[in-house]
Amino acid sequence: MSDAPVLEVDHVSVSFGGRTILDEVSFDVQRGEFTGLIGSNGVGKTTLLRAILGLQRLASGEIRVEGEALSRHNHRLGYVPQKVVLDVDIPMRARDFVALGLDAQRFGFSRRTTAQRDRVDEILRDVDAERFADSRVGSLSGGEQQRVLIAHALVGEPSLLLLDEPLANLDPKSVQEIVSLLHRVANDHDVAVLLSAHEMNALLPVMDRIVYVTNGRAASGTTDEVVQSDVLSALYGHHVDVLKLHGRVLVIAEPGQDDAEIPQHPTLTVN
Amino acid sequence: MHYLFEPGFFSSSPVRVAFAIGAVSAIVSAIVGVFTVMRGQSFAGHALSDVATTGGSGAFFFNLSPLVGFLGAGVLGAGAMEAVGVQRLRGRDVATGIVLGFATGLAALFLYLDTTKSATTGVSQQILFGSIFTLDPSTIPLVVVMSVITLGVLAVIFRPLLLSSISPDLAAARGISVRVIGLLFMLALAVAVGLSSIAVGSLLSTALLIGPAATALRLTRNLRSALIVAGALGVAATWVGIILAYDSFYWFTSSQGLPVSFFIVALIFLGYLLSGLPAVRRRTSSPTAAAPTHSLERVAG
Repeated sequence: MSDAPVLEVDHVSVSFGGRTILDEVSFDVQRGEFTGLIGSNGVGKTTLLRAILGLQRLASGEIRVEGEALSRHNHRLGYVPQKVVLDVDIPMRARDFVALGLDAQRFGFSRRTTAQRDRVDEILRDVDAERFADSRVGSLSGGEQQRVLIAHALVGEPSLLLLDEPLANLDPKSVQEIVSLLHRVANDHDVAVLLSAHEMNALLPVMDRIVYVTNGRAASGTTDEVVQSDVLSALYGHHVDVLKLHGRVLVIAEPGQDDAEIPQHPTLTVN
Repeated sequence: MHYLFEPGFFSSSPVRVAFAIGAVSAIVSAIVGVFTVMRGQSFAGHALSDVATTGGSGAFFFNLSPLVGFLGAGVLGAGAMEAVGVQRLRGRDVATGIVLGFATGLAALFLYLDTTKSATTGVSQQILFGSIFTLDPSTIPLVVVMSVITLGVLAVIFRPLLLSSISPDLAAARGISVRVIGLLFMLALAVAVGLSSIAVGSLLSTALLIGPAATALRLTRNLRSALIVAGALGVAATWVGIILAYDSFYWFTSSQGLPVSFFIVALIFLGYLLSGLPAVRRRTSSPTAAAPTHSLERVAG
């Protein structure tokens, strides 16, 4: 096991057709850390995750996983893409889909070994998916499918789990469940988590670090270091206020400023 | 149906050829069909059948076996659809539509030329709706070789194909070349359409491709059973269809039989309808099956 950070994003820039999507973005993720990648829709969070997966050409900079440069398929990375809907027509039980996470890139057939079946059972238990392990994946609810996708990503024992907006389109109860599940699983399996979201409040209790992205640039650190008026104002290029209230954070633009880029806020609820 | 197993039924060469080619093409179609339904490429399958019509009618004009035309045009069409189509689903639909339109136009031309050349309308019937009793036994080796190659390729790319059918994003993240897998699958699809075109005609080949697969997907919970059930349903529909068509020569006093393709497609359709009955469906649905509203809710974002 190397001492290098699980993930090093080192002055990474990405552009599409002359337009800069990411501009000199740098941050590290340490072993076992829970990192939130926070920013509005369209600021380049998905592009950044794709770059880490080796699916996006970099204009400049370097990305290293456990100290090594990226390769095409890195078994140290587990991935849960955005908006995966497991179709009703897929003739697979939840456990079959999780098992596919072991070796989907291989050619030909092979029989599952007892060790592999045990591994699948174990991971299904860990994500509380035993109850519906033998149901067809397409018949599961959004929250249940999310658990199965997380199990699929975890079964290959990655050291970093990348999740692209896993909380979007879930009801508030499922959001809470998935967040605490990820936190628990990350601790139990010593997996670092890099999770993108456009809303940070649900993640505040579990985030070790935050990477706040806007206008193609990013600031990273602990939540207290980054979610501050001066840091975020510098990032946005205009003044924003940060309000901390009842363990929740609100980022508010000055009147007259275009606040369309600011992550949407939750409706305030009394907990 | 007391004429059914009259002496000579199984020793008749056209019947044996029909049974053999019917079974092989039904199995390949059903297995490819399961993936086609999972990938949401039924429309591409239908477009390839139009392209196969062009090939079959063109082959007839140039005195080649229709099978050669079905397969050749299908493979070219599949390549063209993948080449024109970008990865995006919408783009693929448009590319498919454009290839389809042009292919159908060419088929119209060839069928016209064929009819003029042979001074009979039988050729249109044969290409579009099949004539499994008139197949030349010499086509069997080509059918078997193409089937073995196709099923072999599917067996090799099985897992990457499965994952990229479920989610191209997940597959790409594992270093699977989604485009190469997609192209190989389209070629397999072209062969399946070509084979079912000689069995039930190019116009009806989609039925043999999609019908047994869609029925099997309703009845099973895992992929292996879906593939086995789809293959079995395809073969059963084809064989029973052949028997009924053969028997139908004695149904009417005019001694005129009904077409095999009609029986095969009708049986497939009947099977699909039966599989949708609530009593059948309840047994295969999951214990925790939630209302399917979640898909709407997830797409909405």
